Amino acid sequence: MSTLVIKDLHVKIEDKEILKGVDLTINTGEIHAIMGPNGTGKSTLASAIMGHPKYEITQGSITLDGEDVLEMEVDERARAGLFLGMQYPSEISGVTNADFMRSAMNARREEGDEISLMKFIRELDSKMEVLDMQEDMAQRYLNEGFSGGEKKRNEILQLMMIKPKFAILDEIDSGLDIDALKVVSEGINQMRSESFGCLIITHYQRLLNYITPDHVHVMMQGRVVKSGGEELSHKLEAEGYDWIKAELGIEDETVGQQA
Amino acid sequence: MEGATNVTVETNLSITEQEVRSFSASKSEPEEFTNLRVQALAAAETLPLPKPDKTKITAWNFTEFPVHSTESSTYSSLTELPEEVQSLVDLKQKSLYIQHNNTPAYLALPEELKAQGVILTDIFTAIRDHADLVGKYFMNEAVKAEEHKLTSLHAALLNGGVFLYVPKNVIVEEPVQVVFIHDNEDASLFNHVLVVADTSSQVTYVETYISTVPHANGLANIVSEVIAEDNAKITYGAVDVLAEGFTAYINRRGVAKRDATIEWALGMMNDSDTISENTTYLIGDNSTGDTKTVVVGRGSQKQNFTTTVRHWGKNSEGQILTHGVMKEAASAIFNGIGKIEHGASKANAEQESRVLMLSEKARGDANPILLIDEDDVTAGHAASVGRVDPLQLYYLMSRGITKQEAERLVIHGFLAPVVRVLPIEGVKKQLTEVIERKVR
Repeated sequence: MSTLVIKDLHVKIEDKEILKGVDLTINTGEIHAIMGPNGTGKSTLASAIMGHPKYEITQGSITLDGEDVLEMEVDERARAGLFLGMQYPSEISGVTNADFMRSAMNARREEGDEISLMKFIRELDSKMEVLDMQEDMAQRYLNEGFSGGEKKRNEILQLMMIKPKFAILDEIDSGLDIDALKVVSEGINQMRSESFGCLIITHYQRLLNYITPDHVHVMMQGRVVKSGGEELSHKLEAEGYDWIKAELGIEDETVGQQA
Repeated sequence: MEGATNVTVETNLSITEQEVRSFSASKSEPEEFTNLRVQALAAAETLPLPKPDKTKITAWNFTEFPVHSTESSTYSSLTELPEEVQSLVDLKQKSLYIQHNNTPAYLALPEELKAQGVILTDIFTAIRDHADLVGKYFMNEAVKAEEHKLTSLHAALLNGGVFLYVPKNVIVEEPVQVVFIHDNEDASLFNHVLVVADTSSQVTYVETYISTVPHANGLANIVSEVIAEDNAKITYGAVDVLAEGFTAYINRRGVAKRDATIEWALGMMNDSDTISENTTYLIGDNSTGDTKTVVVGRGSQKQNFTTTVRHWGKNSEGQILTHGVMKEAASAIFNGIGKIEHGASKANAEQESRVLMLSEKARGDANPILLIDEDDVTAGHAASVGRVDPLQLYYLMSRGITKQEAERLVIHGFLAPVVRVLPIEGVKKQLTEVIERKVR
């Protein structure tokens, strides 16, 4: 079992503190969902774990099986087992989706032990079928001209090919129609295993109808303010966030405010 | 010009009229051609240098060179080619001309193409044996000898090149390949390439300039003229990998007549200082010109790339794409000029010019110019100069790819537009390898 531990994490962007002490522990075999209104720091948490160049960690720690993640470069974090399904993946012209994914897989292997082309193609074809992706997507340039839904599917395709220990999925459901949501969920559910942990960040409870989380957390003002089981997401769906704000005496839940 | 004596002429031009005459005689050129050379030599004395926008070239050496022409070996079989060249040439390649420094060294053209009237030959043979066609097209419709000092010098000193002619209605399916090998440091390349596609014909021409010596002492003054008659289509691919030390002037110009198309894919990988002009004249209605150029500059190289599409034809379509990567202390100017003449209604002139800087000292300038003398047209341009996007690197690295490999992927992707369209596998592979070597 692997464990990702986030302790007292404080994160700044352009001199504004966004995260103000996040604590969270995720084990492989578990699916966690982070919910919360806009502007409460959810995406910042995802980016900070992966090492986005714009975010500065001012306090706290992130460890993966005891190893200091914050000391690692972005690519080292990925090779250590972290994956971030991005809300706005970059478009890279001239680099085919297939070449990119093969580079990513080979980056985890020793020189001389690269994945064979045949094996790679077989695996890619089968995962693309699960995600109901057009065959030509493999030869198209990475995310270039992809629709919103195609980009999200492509993120999940990478997840399925790379098979990380921990995936953080940043609003992977936003902008998806119901059919796309189903195939994306199917892809994530196929990953479910004792050796895989997942942190799903979402605005909407809808996604959690298809992927049942083990733990649900609510973020407000740059902190995790409430945690519970699956039932918490249903309560949020039915009652919104006001009851939590009332319970905790929060007036404005966004990060600009203090309780 | 007052004060221009014979003495200064000789030292300026490294060659005398008598030497030009005797070179012409050694190639058994018709008198008309000898006269053309001699007149051009005289004109070169007084004509000014061209003025590429934003690059001052008055101190560049375009006139002095060690020797006018060299003798090199010919090849009786492709297995005799230098290793670097063998990988360029597919053994199945049917139409092939190879020039070794200044010597026509190998020629192959399938019988069925010959029977259809296709001509592929070195330029000297063409000047002798196809005087009618050469007389009609040579420095007449595309580039004129009297444009400036360098075009006139080119005409006077022409010492190599190739002629390709495709008759009416003939479609040449397989690409025609030409390789210019440079392995003599003292050689100068005054190559003239003349490609003519007659009415409703089609051909793909791919040339490579390859230096297998690391340094050059000579000049490269190269002119390609590409004529697409009515409804013809010419695809012209080129990969230039000339050694450091050359001063290179490379002028590739096409003329597209009614309903004709000229497509260029140019991989400009010289290590020498280079002035490159690539021009397409869209003179016919419904003609199309499409230029894709990629460049890698390194060391302390200075380069200027001026890509022009000039529209006279109604409904003519011009596209320019230029992607340049600059590293170390290299500098380059990228001028993209879309010019629509009065009367060229419904013309469309589009261009995209992007420069990627890989070091603090590198310089790159993308300079899009639209000159429009007609109301009823469309035109657009996009230009950018910048570094590798840190968010692209972050994205690639977030999948475990190292920073170095991520940069490599982004740069190769950036230069892919030309690599992708080159129609000969060996040339495509070579360009990829040259890019790899140069950006590392």
